[in-house]
Amino acid sequence: MTTLTKQPGPGLSAGGPQKSRRRGKPAADFRGTGDLKIALLFIAPAMLGFVLFYLVPTIRGIYLSFTEYSILGDPEWIGTRNYERIAKDPLFWNALGVTSQYVLINIVLQTALALGLAILMHRVAKSTIVRGALLMPYLMANVIAALLWFWMLDYQIGIVNQLIEWTGLPRVAFFGSEQWAIPTQALINTWRHMGYTALLIFAGLQAIPHSVYEAASIDGSKAISTFWRITLPLLRPVLVLVLVVTVIGSFQVFDTVAVTTAGGPVNATRVLQFYIYQRAFNEQDFGYGSALAVILFLILALVAFIQMKSLRGNQSDLD
Amino acid sequence: MTTIDTRPADSRRRPQKKPFNWRRTIAWVLLAVAIAVSVLPFYWVLRTALSTNGSLAANSASLLPADFNLGAFKRVFGLQTAEEAIAEGGSGASINFWQYLWNSLLFSSITTAGAVFFSSMAAYAFARLRWKGRDGVFSLFLATMLVPPIFTALPNFLLVKNLGLLNSMLGLVLPYLFMTPFAVFFMRQFFLNMSREVEEAAMLDGARHWRIFFQIVMPNAAAPIATLALLTFMGQWNEYFWPLLVGTSEESRVLTVGLGVFKSQSPQGAPDWSGLMAATLVSATPVLILFALFGKKIVNSIGFNGTK
Repeated sequence: MTTLTKQPGPGLSAGGPQKSRRRGKPAADFRGTGDLKIALLFIAPAMLGFVLFYLVPTIRGIYLSFTEYSILGDPEWIGTRNYERIAKDPLFWNALGVTSQYVLINIVLQTALALGLAILMHRVAKSTIVRGALLMPYLMANVIAALLWFWMLDYQIGIVNQLIEWTGLPRVAFFGSEQWAIPTQALINTWRHMGYTALLIFAGLQAIPHSVYEAASIDGSKAISTFWRITLPLLRPVLVLVLVVTVIGSFQVFDTVAVTTAGGPVNATRVLQFYIYQRAFNEQDFGYGSALAVILFLILALVAFIQMKSLRGNQSDLD
Repeated sequence: MTTIDTRPADSRRRPQKKPFNWRRTIAWVLLAVAIAVSVLPFYWVLRTALSTNGSLAANSASLLPADFNLGAFKRVFGLQTAEEAIAEGGSGASINFWQYLWNSLLFSSITTAGAVFFSSMAAYAFARLRWKGRDGVFSLFLATMLVPPIFTALPNFLLVKNLGLLNSMLGLVLPYLFMTPFAVFFMRQFFLNMSREVEEAAMLDGARHWRIFFQIVMPNAAAPIATLALLTFMGQWNEYFWPLLVGTSEESRVLTVGLGVFKSQSPQGAPDWSGLMAATLVSATPVLILFALFGKKIVNSIGFNGTK
């Protein structure tokens, strides 16, 4: 948070007249010329990777979405027919609905829990050990988180169902019932990301100057109204960021679904990315898969745009 | 490096003179619950891995391993015969766990080394050199962070396939080898904040950018490079989607993909829970070791991550 805006610091002033030339207009250079040649050398490998594996695939992906392309033969241009098919594809709409449900549970649960945890940490425990413990799940692969909970939530002998039974409630088929499958996937993701998100918010809390709180308490502000009127508004840039990261990340859920339920039961967990994977790689329908991927891309871009705009996420009230 | 606490040391709310602070206690209890939820599942994995499948069902809630034994780990590392494995509830099919482990190690190390090195070079060009179109190219690099991986994964798969590199280590590492947008961004940010004095002195002495980069800039950037390498390595170790597409043969399968296979290998009936949990634990071990060694570095990098 802080490094991003930090200025070079006083050490630079020794450089005298060169001070102002850190970016933009090329001021007097030591050798008087631009560095284009040497820059090309420095940037060449990264540029190669960028063009080959980011730029060209992005363009090619858009092109493929207008073609019929099974992996054999050449792509055949069919205009917007893939998109017309998508509009009438019940499985796509199901995937969109299921994914949205997943995203929604994640936003609400994850943000609320993380915000609570961040405030708790800010109040009583700033130690690295506490933060580290909360971060542990995030460092594990999605696959590991999925398998771990697949075992703990097992219907027959999973510990969670054991605990549920002790409280007198009926066992829950977490992965086996259509009703529970998506909430369960969202819970796994929340478990994995809760600590990480809390740490992000915690960093934001640390950045709020203490003088603001002191002023509020001198003015007689109660703890709760301080939270709503001061802490939360000042946290807005961080919260927007957290929301964007959570939403964009959750829309691309794949690993946990692929390892545990593989889209089932019935279509309950056939999320967008899993559906794209199935169409492209199981059914060799790359054109259709690419068109679906374009739609996912557009959704993500739209979500990010709306969130940044409506919440003015890039501005801080602290300045 | 990012969450610099600017407040004076004693600014934390001083505990009241009361003998017992309820609010603090409740806060601690809630925090303890969150920590337990985060950490205890790992104990449960260990406890299950040290149990036998036969006794798990009858002792599904015992806190200690049910019928303590190392059979599950032996099964994972292929130290049991098929008969022994089946008798203990395994599938009996052999899995090349060592091979997967080796592949994961190769995949993560090669991509980390390549991405961190080449990204640092590019970041230097973006931060320190002056050339036409620099800021435009950098914005383009940044914009790729917004493209969802699945979107480029399809064409990249086709490319790797056309190059005949499916199921090879080269095909696995290629897309990550030359740069990751985050690494470029991360290193550029560091270079921008680094003092220029030494570099400028060296330049006055006639040193070339090449030498300055390798002899002055890189050694000075050891700390952020270590952080970046750590984050990249762990991310790559956990990668699933791309290896699932490209590394499907026994020879090119990485651990995350192997775990999925291990799970689906269980014959009809009860899964090999203890074997699966042992495999899960072994897969998580490298990250756990890194975390134990460099936990502070990782934790402190989180604020930075978030502002990418």
